[in-house]
Amino acid sequence: MAHAATHDHHDDHHGAPSNFFTRWFMSTNHKDIGTLYLVFSLLMFFIGGSFAMVIRAELFKPGLQLVQPYFFNEMTTMHALVMIFGAVMPAFVGLGNWMIPLMIGAPDMALPRMNNLSFWILPFAFALLLSTLFLPGGGPAGGWTMYPPLSLQGDSVAYVVFAVHLMGISSIMGAINIIATILNMRAPGMDLLKMPVFVWSWLITAFLLIAVMPVLAGAVTMLLTDKYFGTSFFNAAGGGDPVLFQHIFWFFGHPEVYIMILPAFGLVSEIIPTFARKPIFGYKAMVYAIASIAFLSFIVWAHHMFAVGLPLGGEIFFMYATMLIAVPTGVKVFNWVSTMWGGSMTFETPMLFAVAFVILFTIGGFSGLMLALAPADFQYHDSYFVVAHFHYVLVTGAIFAIIAGSYYWLPKWTGHMYSEFWGKVHFWNSVVWVNVLFFPQHFLGLAGMPRRIPDYNVAFANFNMISSIGGFLFGASQLIYVGVIIHAVWFSKKKAPDRVWEGAKGLEWTVPSPAPHHTFELPPVIHDDELAHGHVED
Amino acid sequence: MTSGSIRPGGIKRAVTALALAAFALFGSVVQANPEPGQLNMPRGVTTYSNVPYFLNNVALGVCVVIGILVFGAMFIAMFRFRKSRGAVAEKWSHNTTLEIVWTTIPVIILIVLAYLATGGLKTFSDTTNAQMTVKVTGYQWKWRYDYVDYQGKAIDKVGFMSKLDRESDETRQLKSGLDPNAVKVDGYNTYLINVDEPLVVPIDTKIRFVITAGDVIHSWWVPALGWKMDAIPGIVNAAWTNIKEPGVYRGQCAELCGQDHGFMPIVVKAVPKAEFEQWLASKQQSATPAPAAASTAAAPATAQVAPAQTPKG
Repeated sequence: MAHAATHDHHDDHHGAPSNFFTRWFMSTNHKDIGTLYLVFSLLMFFIGGSFAMVIRAELFKPGLQLVQPYFFNEMTTMHALVMIFGAVMPAFVGLGNWMIPLMIGAPDMALPRMNNLSFWILPFAFALLLSTLFLPGGGPAGGWTMYPPLSLQGDSVAYVVFAVHLMGISSIMGAINIIATILNMRAPGMDLLKMPVFVWSWLITAFLLIAVMPVLAGAVTMLLTDKYFGTSFFNAAGGGDPVLFQHIFWFFGHPEVYIMILPAFGLVSEIIPTFARKPIFGYKAMVYAIASIAFLSFIVWAHHMFAVGLPLGGEIFFMYATMLIAVPTGVKVFNWVSTMWGGSMTFETPMLFAVAFVILFTIGGFSGLMLALAPADFQYHDSYFVVAHFHYVLVTGAIFAIIAGSYYWLPKWTGHMYSEFWGKVHFWNSVVWVNVLFFPQHFLGLAGMPRRIPDYNVAFANFNMISSIGGFLFGASQLIYVGVIIHAVWFSKKKAPDRVWEGAKGLEWTVPSPAPHHTFELPPVIHDDELAHGHVED
Repeated sequence: MTSGSIRPGGIKRAVTALALAAFALFGSVVQANPEPGQLNMPRGVTTYSNVPYFLNNVALGVCVVIGILVFGAMFIAMFRFRKSRGAVAEKWSHNTTLEIVWTTIPVIILIVLAYLATGGLKTFSDTTNAQMTVKVTGYQWKWRYDYVDYQGKAIDKVGFMSKLDRESDETRQLKSGLDPNAVKVDGYNTYLINVDEPLVVPIDTKIRFVITAGDVIHSWWVPALGWKMDAIPGIVNAAWTNIKEPGVYRGQCAELCGQDHGFMPIVVKAVPKAEFEQWLASKQQSATPAPAAASTAAAPATAQVAPAQTPKG
């Protein structure tokens, strides 16, 4: 089949189809599909961000000034769903699509047609999800965690469940594709333990996706039948248990958290050695740390549920298991710092974002350690302290890593250098305002402000106002990012060399910039010293 | 990496020192309810509430110490090993001793933290030997309190709904034009954290709360008591408190429960035992003679009916 197909479309070998529709809608090319994923995720980042702006505007001062509480709840719910499933996850899939074949010397993804399908499901899924905002009854307002019985009170259950199913199908197909590509299509000499850490992190993430997306699908399907088909999985009056949903949801939800951070670890593990001009410290330890974090992610889910009334033994088990995660995560942070130590560093925009990632993600990790202590969590739980925690790991963690990765490879994708000056303007604005935005939220939570509330006591007023100001400016700073990208794609005159960064190692830097439509049609001959991790000893 | 220089013995001293420093910084102001500019968790007012407060401070101290070491090393590296300063990259990428050290030290710190936390959990989960029981039921969007027993005697027909006070409720309407800053009780701003009728409880009494809900999941949280517990339909959760100081302690629903989730506060009024017994007796009396008002039994059907004693303001 594959041979016949390539024969039929012999033109593909020479470049991208010139017809816009054929090129972008019918593409089976990993680079074009990667671009689609990245553009889609950027769009969703701004849609989700606009919801966040509504939230921060309403919380600017006490009293309700702008929106009704129910709409506020729709905003918090949609902000989370769009950012998680629409912005962060597709961004990583996009980066994986673009870079994994280039990094392992493969001509394309293993299953190119499925690749097209897994992307094109997403616009439909999000059209469904976002359309609920314009339908009678409004969008989902029960939180992205969709806890019943509250989530079943909404009128948009069917739309949301169907959208989540579609996103899940897309993710599973993407994950199958990535696993198949990494395990089968590495160029000769690209041993598993010589692969870039980014490729390793995606391999492990893909297994997490395959393991847990069906669990989410099951959970939301039970919501659907509870709502429309008279079942009582989660209905106490019918013999069901509302807490059962939380167990199932978080069995998905915690690995999901790591699905959103492990590829970020991989990105940062590529970027720091490049700009430190020094091999990554403890390559194998990095890989094993990712694997152990992935394993632990399956046995910590109930730390999201410390306040549901778990038995003492359950609280203790999940507390200990959660605390254990600090060990491999600590190893990763120490290794990044050691990679920098003794290097010869320069601080281009990707490196700045990567360094900010290490510091700010670690701060998110610290608050995570505090949250792991169950008796303290009885205070922190569902307060703004939690909001601060997960925004540190997701915004300054996952999203900063994605931005770092996009600056890192932008010259490879477009063939032009982005504006270093505006990149740095973007960085400094982002890093300052994101802290103004999220750091005061720690104080709010400790002082007793619950999350997901549209209005608050005046004791919380000053930090909320600071947080909102930080939020508006952080949001505005991202417009600079768009400007830098548009400039690099269409206007930059500065040609990028093949090896864009002086210290960059790995196969992706051996192909021209911009990367031609087809690369590695013949497997490259690999010299270990060209690889970032070619001489791994322990 | 400089963290190789830490010895396990120094850690415990550092933990203690930092916990003390944190106490000195934040602990001097004993407060139970949110104050403007508040930076840390309240110490609380119960026999248990010191547990989360202490754990919070110790964990924060540990994180600050590790943060200073790690970020310090990073910043030193970023200044010393810059290409612009002529730094030449070294080739090493392993150091087994260092890796063993920074895997072992966190494990030791974690064991200390786990030990402290486990003790707190055991204390919290022990609801036995309570001298009083209060049933808490969450509804969209108000709380119901039923007094079940006190000093071994069952209490009959003392229960009421507790919902957002009228002043906050009027102020919080969209574009009400009313100023949240003006909502005050005794000079303390109570906007959104005041109710029409508080839960009255005695001090120096181990009170067991049985917590459930009538419609969706809520969560009963008073920071001054040191914990929150989800109120879940079909499930009865248990928690306890033993308040040491009389006072009015305020909290809010902590689990998203619909449009007015932000508007179902909790107020606990802790009074001396004698005062509580008087209050209880008057409640029981007012409940018995008036049959019209006696519909305060815990049936959800009567949930919407506020008991006779509500009119106020």
